[in-house]
Amino acid sequence: MSAAAGDGGRGGGGRGEGVDGVGGGIVKVGVAGRVARALPIPAGAGLARWVLARNLLAFRHGWVTLVSGFAEPVFYLFSLGVGIGALVHTVHTDGGSEVPYAVFVAPALLASSAMNGAIMDSTFNVFFKLRHAKLYDSMLATPIGPRDIAVGEIGWAVLRGALYSAAFLVVALLAGMVTSWWALLALPAAVLIGLAFAAIGMFATTYMTSWQHFDYITLAIQPMFLFSATFFPLSTYPEGIRWLVQATPLYHGVTLERGLMLGEVSSALAGHTAYLVVLGVIGALGAARRIERLLLT
Amino acid sequence: MSVALASILRVSSVEPDQSARGSAAAGDAASVCGVAAAGGVAPAGGDVLVSARGLTKTFGGFTAVDGIDVAVRRGEAFGFLGPNGAGKSSTMRMIAGVSPATSGELRVFGQDPASHGPAIRARLGNCPQADMLDEELTVQENLWIYGRYFGLTKAQTRERATELLEFAQLTDRRADKVEPLSGGMKRRLTIARSLINNPELLLLDEPTTGLDPQARHILWDRLFRLKRQGVTLIITTHYMDEAEQLCDRLVVMDRGRIAAEGSPRDLIARYSTREVVELRFDTDDHADHVDAVQGLVGASRVELLPDRLLVYTDDGDATSADLHARGVVPLSTLVRRSTLEDVFLHLTGRTLVD
Ligand SMILES: Nc1ncnc2c1ncn2[C@@H]1O[C@H](COP(=O)(O)OP(=O)(O)OP(=O)(O)O)[C@@H](O)[C@H]1O
Ligand SMILES: [Mg+2]
Repeated sequence: MSAAAGDGGRGGGGRGEGVDGVGGGIVKVGVAGRVARALPIPAGAGLARWVLARNLLAFRHGWVTLVSGFAEPVFYLFSLGVGIGALVHTVHTDGGSEVPYAVFVAPALLASSAMNGAIMDSTFNVFFKLRHAKLYDSMLATPIGPRDIAVGEIGWAVLRGALYSAAFLVVALLAGMVTSWWALLALPAAVLIGLAFAAIGMFATTYMTSWQHFDYITLAIQPMFLFSATFFPLSTYPEGIRWLVQATPLYHGVTLERGLMLGEVSSALAGHTAYLVVLGVIGALGAARRIERLLLT
Repeated sequence: MSVALASILRVSSVEPDQSARGSAAAGDAASVCGVAAAGGVAPAGGDVLVSARGLTKTFGGFTAVDGIDVAVRRGEAFGFLGPNGAGKSSTMRMIAGVSPATSGELRVFGQDPASHGPAIRARLGNCPQADMLDEELTVQENLWIYGRYFGLTKAQTRERATELLEFAQLTDRRADKVEPLSGGMKRRLTIARSLINNPELLLLDEPTTGLDPQARHILWDRLFRLKRQGVTLIITTHYMDEAEQLCDRLVVMDRGRIAAEGSPRDLIARYSTREVVELRFDTDDHADHVDAVQGLVGASRVELLPDRLLVYTDDGDATSADLHARGVVPLSTLVRRSTLEDVFLHLTGRTLVD
């Protein structure tokens, strides 16, 4: 449990962090320490795991939400995949193949549920902790810094999202909607989608000052859910607005998942991945910076 | 992370209950002679833990802390006294490393909070004015997770939490959620939580606000014990008796500046008289009676409060006898010693008549 990459320092703001002067103590570097060091924790966020651990502790008192987070995409899968699938039968994908509608829509639902789960956690929950519970204020009185908080909260949203995604994948597999071994990568891809949306969601939340502002989130998420080549291929959209669809982050998530689950793998998937990674990094850095601005006054 | 861990391991490798860190002797000496130990009393004597020079904090165009100079030595109990809005909490937050100074120089443990924030925070305990407990967790979970934020191991945290639950008299409520606890219980838990990392320096912003008298006295006792163990205390309070009881040295703050500094006894000697005669009249406005009590024997000053008059004097009995001789008959007369309350009244300019 010893030191990770960073110094637990406050990120952002361009403030130099020093650790000299108190390093003389006894530090046990055991196996756990080496494992911790191997974790991909960004610099200055070595204490993020305790933010995550805190959420796990609080979550034990409210595990019911886990059930609802899992149930929603599965309901969608059966109502849309099976219900509409009975009418539509097959779809020509943008990748050029023809697949049953349920197989077409399952990857999109996986991507959307990863998005929804991440957004829920990183907006509503973060807003409550930031503005009402003053949780981050009390964390910042310890060696924990804004980057630890940003990474910890985003990590928590990603972790929860990964659970839902894994469960969803199992259901889709059992229902015969998975057709390629590439689908093994669908879970990491869902984690990446969760990461990108959690980070951006948290960043956006730091600008909100009242619950009314959540209407803007709904306003952004709902059309994206419906029109990111989720329920029909990009080729069915009018030429003039395809670029708009392609600009949305969910489009990149959906296309990535669809490529993997249908086995239509091309170099374009690297581009979608890069888009999501960049979004995640911008969101995480921005969230940390904003928390520093807001709370360390 | 490594910083937190290093200092915590170093601290807790000592017997936790004693939590002596080579300065216990200095602490003892300080609490006995009332003023912080100067060099020579103990190896760490005279070691300055907090020093501020020209420390300033502005919010927008408003200056909350206006260039103060402060030095707090190891083992000392240091107080900030002042009316609402004086800048006490703003100062405490800067020392705690959760609020950057606008200008001036600040050193905590010899380091600059702007560049060594995590290292400093690992070594201090911070009990802010507002509780900010984790209301989604239980009482003991609050302590457990807080210990983890400091990088303590699970075993260290559990052990420390058990002690602190006793300290805060919350052992029988340990498995309850925090939210329904009474205000005083939450306050006690906040104080206990600030001790989880065995801090060398404990910052207490109005620690006893909201506590009943019994809980206050118990807390004072606990704070004395911490001090004897060598923990340096910085306290803000509105309670003058608390400041007199707890603080070796204090500053009176007013509108962001330091109005006076010294030991409680010093300050009383400097800014007040030996005794005070408190007079209550059967009247709507005590101002009507100010003229009648001017120039009494031994008296040097009259203060007008909404509900009474205070006559500052070197000899309370002589003053009240003179009052009697004049034929002035108040509803009640009380002769008492001067306290910090009087110093405060005098210094913060809240007096209407001098
Ligand atoms: N974050 C902030 N933004 C703007 N103004 C602030 C902020 N924090 C404090 N102030 C202002 O600074 C001044 C000093 O406040 P501070 O909280 O330090 O006073 P205090 O001495 O602790 O008072 P009290 O006894 O009421 O706790 C006040 O006028 C307050 O309004
Ligand atoms: Mg205050």
